[in-house]
Amino acid sequence: MADARSEVLARVRAALRDRPTPPEVPRDYERTGDASLALLAERVAHYRAAVHEVGPDELVPLLARLLAGKRIAVPADLPWQVPGVTWLVDSPPLPVAALDGADGVLTGCAAAIAPTGTIVLDGGVGQGRRALTLLPDHHVCVVREDQVAGSVPQALARLDPSRPLTFISGPSATSDIELDRVEGVHGPRRLEVVLVRAT
Amino acid sequence: MGTRNPVTWLGSPAFPEAARTALADTQLRRNLRNATTTIRGRRAAAVAELPDWERLRRAGEAIKDRVLAELDTHLERLEAAVTARGGVVHWARDAAEANEIVLRLVGDEREVVKVKSMATAEIGLNEALAAGGVRAVETDLAELIVQLGDDRPSHILVPAIHRNRAEIREIFRRSGLAATGDAPRELAEAARAHLREKFLSCKVAISGANFAVADTGSVVVLESEGNGRMCLTLPEKLITVMGIEKLVPTWQDLEVFLQLLPRSSTAERMNPYTSVWTGVTPGDGPAEFHLVLLDNGRTATLADPTGRQALRCIRCSACLNVCPVYERTGGKSYGSVYPGPIGAILTPQLVDDPHDAQAASLPYASSLCGACFEVCPVRIDIPEVLTHLRARVVSARGRTAESVAMAAAAWVFGDPARYERAQRLGSLARFLGRDGRISRLPGPGAVWTASRDAPVPPRESFREWWRRNRG
Repeated sequence: MADARSEVLARVRAALRDRPTPPEVPRDYERTGDASLALLAERVAHYRAAVHEVGPDELVPLLARLLAGKRIAVPADLPWQVPGVTWLVDSPPLPVAALDGADGVLTGCAAAIAPTGTIVLDGGVGQGRRALTLLPDHHVCVVREDQVAGSVPQALARLDPSRPLTFISGPSATSDIELDRVEGVHGPRRLEVVLVRAT
Repeated sequence: MGTRNPVTWLGSPAFPEAARTALADTQLRRNLRNATTTIRGRRAAAVAELPDWERLRRAGEAIKDRVLAELDTHLERLEAAVTARGGVVHWARDAAEANEIVLRLVGDEREVVKVKSMATAEIGLNEALAAGGVRAVETDLAELIVQLGDDRPSHILVPAIHRNRAEIREIFRRSGLAATGDAPRELAEAARAHLREKFLSCKVAISGANFAVADTGSVVVLESEGNGRMCLTLPEKLITVMGIEKLVPTWQDLEVFLQLLPRSSTAERMNPYTSVWTGVTPGDGPAEFHLVLLDNGRTATLADPTGRQALRCIRCSACLNVCPVYERTGGKSYGSVYPGPIGAILTPQLVDDPHDAQAASLPYASSLCGACFEVCPVRIDIPEVLTHLRARVVSARGRTAESVAMAAAAWVFGDPARYERAQRLGSLARFLGRDGRISRLPGPGAVWTASRDAPVPPRESFREWWRRNRG
């Protein structure tokens, strides 16, 4: 008997004996859209996440206010210096128990999608590994205005699929009971998105 | 090979019999009606928000048809890309082979965590693991409810849709999960507390996949609760079981499906979490990644030029939520992890056995109203496939009760005198009917009323009335 790989591929080829023509994919759907912070803020808030919008100079004071006195996990390359916070730096990697016990986590992001209220993390600068933003119960994520895409196609075009990606649209939720969405299951139960205007 | 396909549950009755039992369960019908009514309204709103929805559907249809037309090439490309990034690809001809592979990969671990996955439910993986001494812990809330209740799934997206909050709290209580009340929030909290320790300690996780990108080797899982992220990120070893049709050719193609799927399934602009990973990434997530590519009847389905469109399915479950038959009978009547309209065309094709009476009954579990096609994000013409499969069932069986009934009807309709005699005979049925319904017709008519009530015919036919008044 042939090995499974050869046999499955042979079955596929036999099944396609009628030589179906691969159709051209019509790409006439919308590629662009509203990339405004206002739309992103509205859509993120719709998921019952907290949203703040600040100018570049107001970011650090806001973060200091949000995180004051807390134990916050951060990637080693976080680009902001915020006073008054106990930092749990993920270098060397923190054990899961330490992440689980943190009050929250602060990161940046790789991109955001305004019409769907989505932020995307790719493990790049200021984002850390995936577990970092998963185990703490409170995720504070900073989004720069130039990172916001106006559509799903525009966002995907900016992302590198070879990196581990996490698309986040609101706090963890479930619709499993009577198909009714409730927030707060295994992922962070509180998501706080900080939008930073370009100027 | 040669073993039965576990996509249908052993011992399940044919659809008409199962449906009759389900229809008598008023609690079930109430739960289903509430849930499907809610989600139907929300999906319509989520879809109406996109002016290009129809164009996205056509793009989704074309991308999936491209994948199917060149499936061998795309599979080989996916395998090469995953392997180049440090993943290991396995191939499984059927359920038994896939289960063997997974059990071997689990190794010495006695407990694994699982993300909800249709492919692993289809192959009966949990039962196979249990037989091998491995406990699979379902971490999706609805799957957990089904598992703890020793129950079967009744919906693709929300397997516990047949349960209301009070029933769920009771299932939890019997399994030692204390919920402070029966509000969904409190039940979710109980599940969180129960599963937290499992996530933090399990070494092996098992998942399915919503999509895999042939070009890049990237695998995609959409979810809501974060249990998926836990399983995909924390364990040392990740095993993903995926049907061979789940491919998209390029990264760009995902831009279509990341819009179609969330709005069609949970009626959200975007589901809370989508994870994408490509092979292994040192320092981030599992050090070992295995991808099991599953046939289990898919190539048999692919061989039918009309039926193969069922393989475009992205498991959104929109067709279940709009189906009048599903809403009344529930998912378990279909006797398979794939219920509803898509199940009625996918299950019998995956089973690929014309002599399996239960699977052969599924293409009849429809009134052919067409609502399923209207909502399908990849435009699967489910009514077309249903009628095609009915023809296949009839030709495989030769003379059946229905074909005899239809031949009798043709004989009666073919002659006016015979037709009128039959009508007068039919009006006798008034004496049989209670509450204006007939639950059992005599002769060939019994085939019709075996699964439905017939309205009582009028005392006087139109032809009789016409002759009396105008003749």
